[in-house]
Amino acid sequence: MKPTDISAPDYFHKVVDCQWACPAHTPVPEYIRLIAEGRYSDAYMINWKSNVFPGILGRTCDRPCEPACRRGRVEETPVAICRLKRVAADFKDDIKHRLPKPGPKNGKRIALVGGGPASLAVARDLAPLGYHCTVFDGDPKAGGMMRSQIPKFRLPDSVIDEETDYVLNLGVEFKGGQRIDSLKQLLSENYDAIFVGSGAPRGRELDIPGRKEAAANIHIGIEWLSNVSFGHVEKIGRRVIVLGGGNTAMDCCRTARRLGGESVKVIVRSGFEEMKASPWEKEDALHEDIPILNYMVPVAFKHVAGKLIGVTFQKVKAEYDAKGRRNLVPSGEPDETVSCDDVLVAVGQENAFPWIEADCGIEFDKWHMPKVDPKTFVSTNPKVFFGGDAAFGPKNIIWAVAHGHDAALSIHRMLSGEDINERPLPEVHVSSQKMGIHEWSYDNDISTDKRFKVPHRDKVIALKDIRAEVELGYDLKLALGEAERCLNCDVQTVFSAPLCIECDACVDICPMDCITFTENGEEDDVRQRLKAPSPHHDQALYVSGDLKTGRVMVKDEDVCLHCGLCAERCPTGAWDMQKYLIDMVQAGSTCQSKARSAA
Amino acid sequence: MTYIAKPKFHHPGLKKNELGYTHRDYEGKISTLCAGCGHDSITASIIEACYELSIEPHRVAKISGIGCSSKTPDYFLGNSHGFNSVHGRMPSVLTGANLANRDLIYLGVSGDGDSASIGFGQFAHSIRRAVNMTYIVENNGVYGLTKGQFSATADRGSKSKKGVTNTDNAIDLVAIALQLGATFVARSFSGDKTQLVPLIAAAIRHKGASFIDVISPCIAFNNHAGSTKSFDYVREHNDAVNRLDVLVGREPISVDYAPGTVQVVEQHDGTRLALRKLDADYDPHDRLGAQTFLQKHAAKGQIVTGLLYVDPDAEDLHTHLDTVETPLNTMDEKALCPGSAVLDKINASLR
Repeated sequence: MKPTDISAPDYFHKVVDCQWACPAHTPVPEYIRLIAEGRYSDAYMINWKSNVFPGILGRTCDRPCEPACRRGRVEETPVAICRLKRVAADFKDDIKHRLPKPGPKNGKRIALVGGGPASLAVARDLAPLGYHCTVFDGDPKAGGMMRSQIPKFRLPDSVIDEETDYVLNLGVEFKGGQRIDSLKQLLSENYDAIFVGSGAPRGRELDIPGRKEAAANIHIGIEWLSNVSFGHVEKIGRRVIVLGGGNTAMDCCRTARRLGGESVKVIVRSGFEEMKASPWEKEDALHEDIPILNYMVPVAFKHVAGKLIGVTFQKVKAEYDAKGRRNLVPSGEPDETVSCDDVLVAVGQENAFPWIEADCGIEFDKWHMPKVDPKTFVSTNPKVFFGGDAAFGPKNIIWAVAHGHDAALSIHRMLSGEDINERPLPEVHVSSQKMGIHEWSYDNDISTDKRFKVPHRDKVIALKDIRAEVELGYDLKLALGEAERCLNCDVQTVFSAPLCIECDACVDICPMDCITFTENGEEDDVRQRLKAPSPHHDQALYVSGDLKTGRVMVKDEDVCLHCGLCAERCPTGAWDMQKYLIDMVQAGSTCQSKARSAA
Repeated sequence: MTYIAKPKFHHPGLKKNELGYTHRDYEGKISTLCAGCGHDSITASIIEACYELSIEPHRVAKISGIGCSSKTPDYFLGNSHGFNSVHGRMPSVLTGANLANRDLIYLGVSGDGDSASIGFGQFAHSIRRAVNMTYIVENNGVYGLTKGQFSATADRGSKSKKGVTNTDNAIDLVAIALQLGATFVARSFSGDKTQLVPLIAAAIRHKGASFIDVISPCIAFNNHAGSTKSFDYVREHNDAVNRLDVLVGREPISVDYAPGTVQVVEQHDGTRLALRKLDADYDPHDRLGAQTFLQKHAAKGQIVTGLLYVDPDAEDLHTHLDTVETPLNTMDEKALCPGSAVLDKINASLR
């Protein structure tokens, strides 16, 4: 194996599993350390810069970081990264004075279609640079699906108001209640660039017998949630079936429980384990006495005299073919009819662009999705950019924010006369954390605590009030305990081969048996010869140059605790603990030229 | 030393031995020795050997004297019996313990000061009496705790950290052990665990006086140019006569040795030692030959390592004294103090 090039910005970035997994690459360990220090405002600002909506995401993020968290490979559960983000938002001081000021106008005008997270992220990045950003949305207030589809008991309006205001107060013009019906019309208004962040606003239909006849009691999930959100719907029948296994289905069933649904069931085609909903959302639904029935495919809505009386399901089972693909095949059991008063259909969302005329220069693919460059987010019309669910179909808020940053960078480069395909490299800072012989500027004593549970409101009270937030968030004591569980993966073990005397001290002290001194070879061969098994090949091996004995140092990054004991026990300083911070490039980053600064 | 305790977490894929323990279960407290100390590698090797042999920790007694080396039993086998004795007196405490309870495994851990100076006589007598033990000397050639004066094992002509040349002759503990009749004699290097771990394992399984001299560089005071116990010097002058694999149980030797290069030695308890010869002429059953070989190579400045001598049919002190099999702590008062009538009888037999 070749010696690892630790100066490549991606190498250490990948070691910070959570940050690497986050679409916006939020520096997770850095803000968790600040929370542990009680510096909540600082922790909030790091988040705000990276993901724009810390308070919202701290309640609703799909948390791609948590399955990636190294702690989940060391013990059973990852760090509660998402809920710590909420801690920063809950306990910060007034941070308004720390936000950027609207920049002097540069005369360029940007139109943003849709007032959700993607558009707001674009506006957040561009407004301080002097762009005049105008956000159009059919709803009266900004927030998009964050406001219309996420139930208030998960995300209170006050949090949305606060964080959308931070963006709008940068001098962003918000035109609420003004749905864009024609891109052609918008193009004719001579904006310098247009960003489409209109989401995936259409709920998928379930076209089975009885759908039309019983329509009065069959509701499309996201539309129904939106109607609840805006107060148009205030109750539902006693017995409710929710069809679908995603997070929208979970929001639907829990909302139904609060609007009079006494017996609410979620019924899914697939197995319980394969459901798209996040595990914690399923848990919350189960906790509210909502059974989830699986392997049942809806085949007909039963109705009598135009009134829905139930849904008939075919029972299926999973079969796997030679390639390991799953097929649902009839199990042979008789069909089952489940009685109900109302059905909520949450079987997916679709994009819809009826307002984009054929002659706008926007090409669509065979799935009727606009052709969008995944790096620059430009469409086939060089002035029109897409992001969020509008670009690549339904994902979640954090992806929309990440798209927004990239699209904003493209718009800024385009309007500065630069090539949008050329993306500046991120700025990387690496600095030693050594304070004394055994002192580090981070807390390297590893907590063995298990994940702390977030306190919930009493179920009886929570189910009575649709606006009562269920999760109460960590208090400061729990937050500190949870923050201490973070392994500080951004404090990197940095090895210097010329200083090493091969005394084995690091090998002997390493609690995780990460370090091996061995003969070099091909990666597959080297992995066989490590001190401990190496099952995760996506986790890098850190390989040194040749040492005096002709061997090399190989460190499996997989389960390193970043405790720094290798560096403490090293007599020559060949190991050092160095903090790695990567500054992702956003529109207006100081370093716009193609420059690389690293270790 | 470090301020934090070694984290309790261990690699989720660590293998377990027959007792269900991982090697982490054989650890002790975190070391307070200087960073990089060779002794810590010996500690790790003892841990590894005990793990591999699936030794029950409560069946081990670790006994030491005074010095950096004698601190190390605190850092391994945290669930075993331990006795940190007076300077140089480990061998007599060990001998006493062994006589009282022959069922335990005795690990004597000592240093060059503890065994070659103040405890030289104790060392000699425990070896010549054939106490069933594994006697490990962590040999760094200096008095580390008192800032690096030459010890009795420092080679003549080697230089101290300040540049002073040693004019005294060195004691070669391996040569003495051979001469005094040790039945398992080895030398190794803390920087070579692949050699050291099987040697410790084999010594533990050997019935009789096993002696291992482990050269263990002192990072603080004896790892400079001019030292003959530095990492660099030992690596350059290491002349290993063989490599050892320890085979416990009945499984056949499946390791693919080239024919004629491996010699299998079966010990009392059925442990088989597979010796891969590195020096074709070296015979580990020839005590006299070993002594000559050592002297010749020492004269050339070479450090001979490996299993230097083994007598698989060795006897120990208990056999020589024909002592009772039962450990004294499991005998009742009547057996231990049979009364004046028995004493009179013994006295009468001696008149």
